[in-house]
Amino acid sequence: MSKPTIAVAMSGGVDSSVVAGLLHREGYDCVGLTMQLWNQRRLPELATDKATGRCCSLDDVYDARAVANFVGIPYYVVNFEDRFEQHVVKPFVDEYLAGRTPIPCTLCNNFIKFDQFLEMADGVGATKIATGHYARIQYDEPSGRWQMLRSADATKDQTYFLFGLTQPQLARTMFPLGGMLKPQVRELAVGLGLPVADKPDSQEICFVPNGDYAAFIDAYFKEQGMAPDRTAGQVVTPDGEVLGEHSGVHHFTVGQRKGIEAKRQKPEPLYVIETNPVTRQVVVGANRDLLRAELEVDRINWISIAQPATAIRAEVRIRNRHTPSWATLTPTDTGVHVHFDTAQRAVTPGQAAVFYNGDLVLGGGWIR
Amino acid sequence: MILMSEIGGERNDGLAHGKLKGAVLRSYFDHNATTPISEAALAALTDCLRQAPGNASSIHRFGQEAKQRLECARRQVAAAVGAKPDQVIFTGGGTEANNLALFGSVRPGKRHVVTTAIEHPAVLNPAQELDATIVPVDGQGLVDPDAIRRAIRPDTALISVMSVNNELGTIQPLGEIHAIAQEHGVLLHTDAVQALGKIPVPMADLVTVSAHKVYGPQGVGALIARVPVSKVTFGGHHERDRRPGTENVAGIVAFGAACADLHFGTPDLRDLLENEILARIPRTRVNGQGAPRVANTTNLWFEGIEGEPLVIGLDLKGFAVSSGAACSSGSVEPSHVLTAIGLSREDARSCLRFSLGRSNTREQVLALVNALEPVVARLRKLSPAYV
Repeated sequence: MSKPTIAVAMSGGVDSSVVAGLLHREGYDCVGLTMQLWNQRRLPELATDKATGRCCSLDDVYDARAVANFVGIPYYVVNFEDRFEQHVVKPFVDEYLAGRTPIPCTLCNNFIKFDQFLEMADGVGATKIATGHYARIQYDEPSGRWQMLRSADATKDQTYFLFGLTQPQLARTMFPLGGMLKPQVRELAVGLGLPVADKPDSQEICFVPNGDYAAFIDAYFKEQGMAPDRTAGQVVTPDGEVLGEHSGVHHFTVGQRKGIEAKRQKPEPLYVIETNPVTRQVVVGANRDLLRAELEVDRINWISIAQPATAIRAEVRIRNRHTPSWATLTPTDTGVHVHFDTAQRAVTPGQAAVFYNGDLVLGGGWIR
Repeated sequence: MILMSEIGGERNDGLAHGKLKGAVLRSYFDHNATTPISEAALAALTDCLRQAPGNASSIHRFGQEAKQRLECARRQVAAAVGAKPDQVIFTGGGTEANNLALFGSVRPGKRHVVTTAIEHPAVLNPAQELDATIVPVDGQGLVDPDAIRRAIRPDTALISVMSVNNELGTIQPLGEIHAIAQEHGVLLHTDAVQALGKIPVPMADLVTVSAHKVYGPQGVGALIARVPVSKVTFGGHHERDRRPGTENVAGIVAFGAACADLHFGTPDLRDLLENEILARIPRTRVNGQGAPRVANTTNLWFEGIEGEPLVIGLDLKGFAVSSGAACSSGSVEPSHVLTAIGLSREDARSCLRFSLGRSNTREQVLALVNALEPVVARLRKLSPAYV
């Protein structure tokens, strides 16, 4: 039987380029596709000199095309700009305005990369898709489930952003780099002779230059003709004492210390504890005020296990860089109640909570 | 099966320099994007490069030889568009000619340009650098001459209306618009890039033509200037001081050869393609069908289908077609022409353009429809459509 045709999501970076090179070498029929997600000519005030490392910059498309030509696979750029704006950018902005701190990468994975892209793959006759994500997928015979595991390279693991993948999506997805360490990937890139072998990794959220969300949201407001100061308000203590003014709740996220301007000096450093979009208040307090042992998680997707009927134990990660910590998960009507064994710092509404058992990704959801 | 491919009239091994497995026989249905160079034009090109290496501005025999060939080509292009040779200004393509027409016609106090919503970006974008009124078109992709008339102002320098729309193939009423321009003492420019070789080039003060749409090489075009234009780039005194820069003599000579070899095609194959698709694939419609159209172009709407995977799916099967206009990255944006004739962005994404040319055969057309039918069926079966 011939190997399936695979649509490779190519960003122009090293990782996805190695995926294309590897799969081609293994004899798969590959079609390279680059998703055009965001028009970098929009919001010109955000323009930086650094054009690469952000999605859809012309340089990255150029690189992806060069790699596809070098490897010798058909290559196309597909336009998802409208859908990206609808499913990622608008919800991202709305979440910030609602006082939460969203994760656009997860939205993009759920609604674009493993949804629209999979449909595009269907459309072009590919039965599977492959990406350069660092995560592992395996089929578990006893349970009949596709499971997700953390990547072999712990520093690169992207499972926190991939918890929304469903069983049908996992069944058709390949993460060829999941079992590798990043230096191995670089070596492979050199070994394959890929023209992007020494290209630096990209770090930031692709459509937000320099990681400056607030500047992005301000610029987006302006483009959409919305008043820029509509989220301005007061900085207050948990007791309601007004410490100063701020220029918009979207400039603040839970746990943040930078940028809090209080009229009166406080004896200890101040951190954002909560942002309230209704009162437009940013509540600040001491570091210890950020500690929480309990949280509610909604809209859960169970991956490696079926939805549990009773309480289970799991390690829970509440931010990408957070070290998963043991907790008891009790089912609720809308999701689970998480009770950490030890209180955790800066539980942030809008972020994901992802549940692990060792390397196994049990599932995840959104922090209420 | 496809027995011959379009490009150069022989099996295209564009793939073969690649290491692509399973070379596919290709057929080309995208002649409005570009045409493969004809044997006559290619022969003229290589002969000129070999035999006439001089600079056409030089006084010596090398220069004179190049100049002679250049002027011969000028006569050939002039004859093809019904102009005088000295009215032909060679440029580096249609876009440059359009820029010269627009920027070369305006002057202080008269910077207003009237143009249409379905122009090529090579007119729309320079127009927007000036003071432009963009006149809408009707649902068939036709400009209303009265709307042009109403848009004229005392400071209007120029009306610019394309002769034939590149995406729909609709033929614009240039005769009426020319009369209106004359009546108001305003210059008329027409981008005739898609008209040359398909219909007689309409009369206008300024006319843009391009070599690579008529089986000549890419990167060569001309502005036919029946009125004075000011140069917009500066350098030497070439082209009667209207377009500086050493002429691309070989390219121009090939353009001349291509112009000496024009023959208007019949709509037989296009009609066959349209009829087969409409008969065999449900929920399809021809855009601009109610308007007069050139013989080689059809633009079809496939309800509920994304044009992009359709183009890719067909390409992987060896059929080159087009959907919308390529943006800078090479992906497809919803066509401004299709939204201008009233399609939603979603519907505009569901359209394909087929533009036929000299070496397309009945077999290729039937093979294309045979390939298209299952791809459309597969895409329609997938999920309840895209968002």
